[in-house]
Order: sequence, then structure tokens, then C-alpha cells
Amino acid sequence: MKPSMQALAVCVTALAAASPSLAQQTKSAADGIAEYRAMLADGNPAELFEAKGEELWQKKRGPKNASLQACDLGRGPGVVKGAFVELPRYFADTQRVQDLESRLLTCMETVQGFNAAEIANTPFGKGEQTNMEALVAWISAESRGMKMNLPQSHVKEKTLYEVGKRAFFFRGGPYDFSCASCHGEEGKRIRMQDLPNLTKNPGNGVGFAAWPAYRVSSGELWGMQRRLNDCYRQQRFPYPGYASDVTIALGVYMGVNARGAESIAPSLKR
Amino acid sequence: MNKQLTFIAAGAALLAAGCTTMPSPQELDQQAQNIIKASFRDQGIAKVDRLNQDLGQRACSSETPPGEAVAKEIEAASLATIKWPADGQYLGDWREGEKLAQNGRGMTWTDASPANNGGNCYNCHQISKAEISYGTIGPSLYQYGKLRGVTNPGDPSSAAIVQYTWGKLWNSKAYAACSNMPRFGHAGLLKEQQLRDIMALLLDPKSPVNQ
Repeated sequence: MKPSMQALAVCVTALAAASPSLAQQTKSAADGIAEYRAMLADGNPAELFEAKGEELWQKKRGPKNASLQACDLGRGPGVVKGAFVELPRYFADTQRVQDLESRLLTCMETVQGFNAAEIANTPFGKGEQTNMEALVAWISAESRGMKMNLPQSHVKEKTLYEVGKRAFFFRGGPYDFSCASCHGEEGKRIRMQDLPNLTKNPGNGVGFAAWPAYRVSSGELWGMQRRLNDCYRQQRFPYPGYASDVTIALGVYMGVNARGAESIAPSLKR
Repeated sequence: MNKQLTFIAAGAALLAAGCTTMPSPQELDQQAQNIIKASFRDQGIAKVDRLNQDLGQRACSSETPPGEAVAKEIEAASLATIKWPADGQYLGDWREGEKLAQNGRGMTWTDASPANNGGNCYNCHQISKAEISYGTIGPSLYQYGKLRGVTNPGDPSSAAIVQYTWGKLWNSKAYAACSNMPRFGHAGLLKEQQLRDIMALLLDPKSPVNQ
């Protein structure tokens, strides 16, 4: 070994010895979460929600005492496999682009006789919203491992992509934030939390392709509606309506950008 | 079937398939505005008037930043909003500044009052070396004063950087029209004394930031 190389080796060793705690601490955030996920890989609590969701899909419920098996999620009545990775999409019967949650609201009203507006106004984690969480967990799980493949053939789908893009960059509120403030660039963090760049495909199982998810910190199953709701809370915006058009437009924008990414939903989050 | 009828039939088929023409960019802008306005409601302290954009928010709401003339206009208007400390006292207590920098709360619909905000600094910046849980949306501020040669913040040689730092905290858009940073003074997020404390965290030679 040349003297200069030797000196370098000594330096590196000394540096490593001098800062073991820093190295450990730096590892503990993102890596720690990854380790935790790996530990729970065989037992993601989302499975409990999935099981409940499958049961709810088949169960006769509501004023009309009907099961959701007549519900068309885009691939025909009762077809669940592969539906999730094509949502939001345009539906001819409602003449609207709908995401999973807004489509379920339609089915719960038309097929089962529930009041969709009432469910939309129910706080997260209460009443029918807890059934909604279970349903989105199971329906998304039925497309696990498939690639995001949102259609863009209908003019309303293309229009909502453009609207969603505008909403994504819309700055407002007391902090001047937009979605892009945190999710418009590569490799950024808030504190130790990595932020996916959602203006493009952020990769398999990242960003749009990772929700719904079980949140370890709160012990809850969050669908995309709740995820977006909390984003807007932290953006210091007013309250977005459940299944409102802005949330669906953002779903189209992020989902189309994520086309080709593998869905791992329902995933596990911190 | 004559030519004209074939044409109409083809057009109707396209219409049925949803292949109508896309709205113009201006129409899409208008649709987006309408959809945003219709989608939100008041909740707690977060009212829908938060969606009313000022010139800078509007100009910085797309992938492409505004042109130079508009950016200069925003920066000049923002500079004019800065309220300088009346007593000429720029620095407070860095210990209080560190507490504010750590505090990421404020102004959400789950916050009871709009008068109890943190500085949110570590969310986006590295500041002191001891805090390793910092964000990277903004630049590192570690050794902020030291790197800029501030050994005595009261000395006239430090006046330029001291005033710039106050101005940046008060209204970040005075120096970069589309800055990601909130306007802590201008938007009434922090009180003058709190700004002094954060100034001390960044500029006081005794602050851990400058060790």
C-alpha cells in the first residue's frame, strides 16, 4: 500500500470510530422503517382490514339488502381483480370520472340504498367510513403486484388530468404551499420523511402506488381520500370534501403519472 | 348514405366514445379554478378564503416560473411589505429560537388558534448540528452566521447580512418571487419577538448553530 493510501485508510478508520453514534442514528430513520416493514411483511395489519372488506363486498346490506357484487368498478359488475389499478376512470352511468371511494359511494347508494352524501360527510374512522376503509383495503389488495394502468381515452379523463395538474401546483393558504412544494422535486425530505416526486412516476410501490396503507403511527387504514385530506391539512388549506372533484382530479394526475408502477397497496406506513 | 351523413354519423360515434375536443388551456384554467372553489369548505380556523391567491401565489402556481418582469414586480412589492424592528433590535434569545425552530405546528384546521405557531424551521432546513432529524427542502443553515463572517451582529460590517436575514424571515418572496418558504412576518405567522429569537439562533456567535 502506498503511504498516501495508508494515510487515507487510517483517516477513514478514525472517522468511522469517531462517529459511530451518528452513523447509527442516520441509519435509524428510513432504514429503520424499512426493517420494520420487513419484519411485518408476513403480518401487515392491513390484512385484517382486507378480510373485513371481502366479507363486506359479499354481504347483503343497506335499505335494499343487497351485496356489492352488482357494483361495476370499471371492469364490469362484480369484477374486482385489476379494477383498482385503472382508477380513477370515467363511468358512463354517472358521466363522471370517479376514484375508488367515490365509485363505492355510487354503488352503496344505487345498489344498497345507502345515502352517499351522508357517508361522504361522516368523519374518517366513524360509522360507514370504517366499512369504506375495509372495502378499499380489500379491493386494492386484489390488484396487488399489478401495474398502475389508468385510462386516458375519454375526454373527461384527459380534462381531469389537466385540472389535477393545475390543482397540484396551486399555491395558497397562510404558508403559500402547494402539493408541489413538497412533492415537486427528487430526493427531498421533511424532517426524516422521504418525499416522493409525484410529478412523474416515482417508482414501484412509491407514492400513488402505495395507498391505501396501514399507518403504524395511528393504527388506522387510510385510503387515498384520507391521505389527500391530511396532505391538505398540513398544506394549511381549508377542508377538501370527501370524494370532491379536486381530490379525484389529483388522483388522475398522480395515477396517470405513476402508470407502469407496481401497486403494493395496501402497504405499511410509519 | 351521402358523404355529409357519413360525416355526421362518424362525428356522433366519436362524441359517444368521448372523443370530443379538449378544452383550451384557458378553459382548463377556469375549470380548475371552479373545481378548487367548489371542493373545499371551512373547518376550524382554516376558512375557504385561504384559496384567494395574491399576485405571487397566482404567478407561482404552475410548472413554469413567471417571467422576469413579473418576478421582479413580486419581489419589489414583497420588499416593500417588510417591517423592520422599530428599536433596531434584531437579535433575541437563541434558546427560544431553537424551540421555535423545532416546533412544526400552526395554522392547520386542527390547531385551535392562529396565534400559537411554531417556526417549522427543521421541517425543511438543517440548522444545529445536534438535530439530525431535519428536512432538505431548504438549504442547510448550519453555521449560518459563522460562514458569513458574523462575529459581532451589532457591528456595522454585519448590517447587510443581519437585515437580509430579517427580511427573508419577514417576507421570503422579496428575494425570490416563488420561494418555497412561508412569509413568517408578512403572513402574521410569528410575532416580532419570535423572529428576533430565530435571528439569534442563526446569527448569534454563541448559538450552537455557529459553533
